[in-house]
Amino acid sequence: MEQLDQIVPLLAATIRVAVPLILAGIAGLFSERSGVVDVGLEGKMLAGAFAAAAVASITGSVWLGLLAAIGVAGVLGILHGFVCITQRGDQVVSGVAVNILISGLTMTLGLAWFEQGGQTPPLPASARFGVVVLPFSETIGQIPGIGRFYTEVLGGQNILVYPTFALVPLAWWVLGSTRFGLRIRAVGESPAAVDTAGISVVRLRYAAVLIAGALCGVAGAYISTAQGAGFVRDMTGGRGFLALAALVLGKWRPWPTLFGCLLFAALDAVAIRLQGVVLPGIGAVPVEFVQTIPYIMTIILLAGFVGRAIPPKASGLPYVKDR
Amino acid sequence: MNKLLPAAVLAAAVAGVAATAPARADSIKPAILFDMGGKFDKGFNEGVYNGSQIFSKQTGIKIHEFEVQNEGQREQTLRKFAKAGDDPVLAIGFAQADGLTVVAKEYPKTKFGIIDMVVDLPNVHSFVFKEQEGSYLAGMLAAMATTTKKVGFVGGMDIPLISKFACGYVQGVKAVDPSIAVYQNMTGTTPSAWNDPVRGGELAKSQMERGADVVYAAAGATGLGVLQAVSDAGKLAIGVDSDQNYLHPGHMLTSMVKRVDVATQDFLTDAKAGKFTGGLSALGLKEGGVDVAFDKDNAAIVKPEWKAKVEAAKKDIIAGKIAVHNYMDDNKCPVS
Repeated sequence: MEQLDQIVPLLAATIRVAVPLILAGIAGLFSERSGVVDVGLEGKMLAGAFAAAAVASITGSVWLGLLAAIGVAGVLGILHGFVCITQRGDQVVSGVAVNILISGLTMTLGLAWFEQGGQTPPLPASARFGVVVLPFSETIGQIPGIGRFYTEVLGGQNILVYPTFALVPLAWWVLGSTRFGLRIRAVGESPAAVDTAGISVVRLRYAAVLIAGALCGVAGAYISTAQGAGFVRDMTGGRGFLALAALVLGKWRPWPTLFGCLLFAALDAVAIRLQGVVLPGIGAVPVEFVQTIPYIMTIILLAGFVGRAIPPKASGLPYVKDR
Repeated sequence: MNKLLPAAVLAAAVAGVAATAPARADSIKPAILFDMGGKFDKGFNEGVYNGSQIFSKQTGIKIHEFEVQNEGQREQTLRKFAKAGDDPVLAIGFAQADGLTVVAKEYPKTKFGIIDMVVDLPNVHSFVFKEQEGSYLAGMLAAMATTTKKVGFVGGMDIPLISKFACGYVQGVKAVDPSIAVYQNMTGTTPSAWNDPVRGGELAKSQMERGADVVYAAAGATGLGVLQAVSDAGKLAIGVDSDQNYLHPGHMLTSMVKRVDVATQDFLTDAKAGKFTGGLSALGLKEGGVDVAFDKDNAAIVKPEWKAKVEAAKKDIIAGKIAVHNYMDDNKCPVS
């Protein structure tokens, strides 16, 4: 029973922490499978977080905040697309530019609008996403073991958690079985072939970066209006890069990417609980070590356990029609 | 810190002789360099800002301000201030010490101040706070308020200064009831640890899962996430630096206030009156530099007998009957 007391909160924390990683990971999946490298996930998430918190605080409506986040991050996706697809610029440079731009812009706008040092005002409970209590929690919660799992891991989660987990099979189905998804994948492997078949490479890639932007917006809104209660400077804290690592770890496939995100989230949840714990023979675990665990794991896993991670063939290459 | 005191006093004496360049009253051009949290961080920097605003209103003197956005700007901005003839220049935060040491040597005639760190130069006045004393009182309150005999502490960046808060807190808890467990977490080891409310919230949740029902946050903007998570869970939180009780009325046990506003005002007023001296001010309960906040937002939570006990302990600390260990003296905490 005591083990259950530790496992249930650990699973619940894993899911909470994994949500923005999964959203950003699937965002990166769409963009990169279409051949557009996206290191700007972090920046788009941050923009989404700011937009959501700002709009929610002004209007008092968390749903309008979510819409604003999707809109702003979507526009940034299009901007990234304009640089990479239309102007054929360097995709990594464009992504980094988005990250730097947003880090500064959110602060500047925040200062100008709210005059609270770049923060948005703290959001009341009514302007945040709430927690879902599953039906029959009262009765099922009585069952030992399964009951706690039902009320605290499956239920008791934020309302945005459920669509996020539904997104993974959806992405899997879209990319694996629909005409649109197959074309996205084709355009990331061999854009010339797609072009020859008379399908617009440019249009497909724009659609992909727009989807990526919108999903990043949701991830940002989750961070500032579900997990948090307002925007704080650089509050995404590298989660976009972690999602990118999960994407590479998952070899640009939906299910393995989900696994990567859950792995990182679980490591983080364990890490938080490991801090200051005295292990027999080793002593207290230092904060530094605990913090590096996810990165060490990425290197170890990429170095041998999951095999080579090969990106889509045309990834990073702007498409130029033969003249 | 106390080991530095004789040296600092000596330095102050020397400075008294050497650096009495006649400061013309009413003609000062003060400048303040805020640290990364920004001047509206609802805590440390905001306290300084409030103090400087009171000074501005009273005297009509405008204050140059700059908010650091990245590490590289600290030294650069201090130099820019000094070069532009700003005097006195007040640097906020422990992280400014390295930059200030360099710039204060380059501009020996400019008067500098630093809050939260000691820079031992004749033209620098250092303000440090005895956070361990205020945290001790916060710890006592936590120990009296907990029903689970488990309390938590969430720190920002893992630096000795934050361990000083933690150590004072633990001492206060154990003074009331040695059997109470204290869970301690640090958010990270880089300056971004001051700006991650989501991670702060997760840390607080992990402590509450283990049974903690009072959590003390000393973590800058990260702490806002801690207070939020604790208040969402219906438990009690302790704020830091400024009086943060108003953020979640009914869920804030107290705030450990550091009167950086008073230090800022004193520094500016002294400079204006031509009374600037180098040296060190260590502000504790006795000097009114730290305290725990009692106001309308926590009046319903704090029982009169708790308050009486805290007031008694405060008197004993001031009288020297209770000695609160300072973590930064030896980088060790006697209790954990």
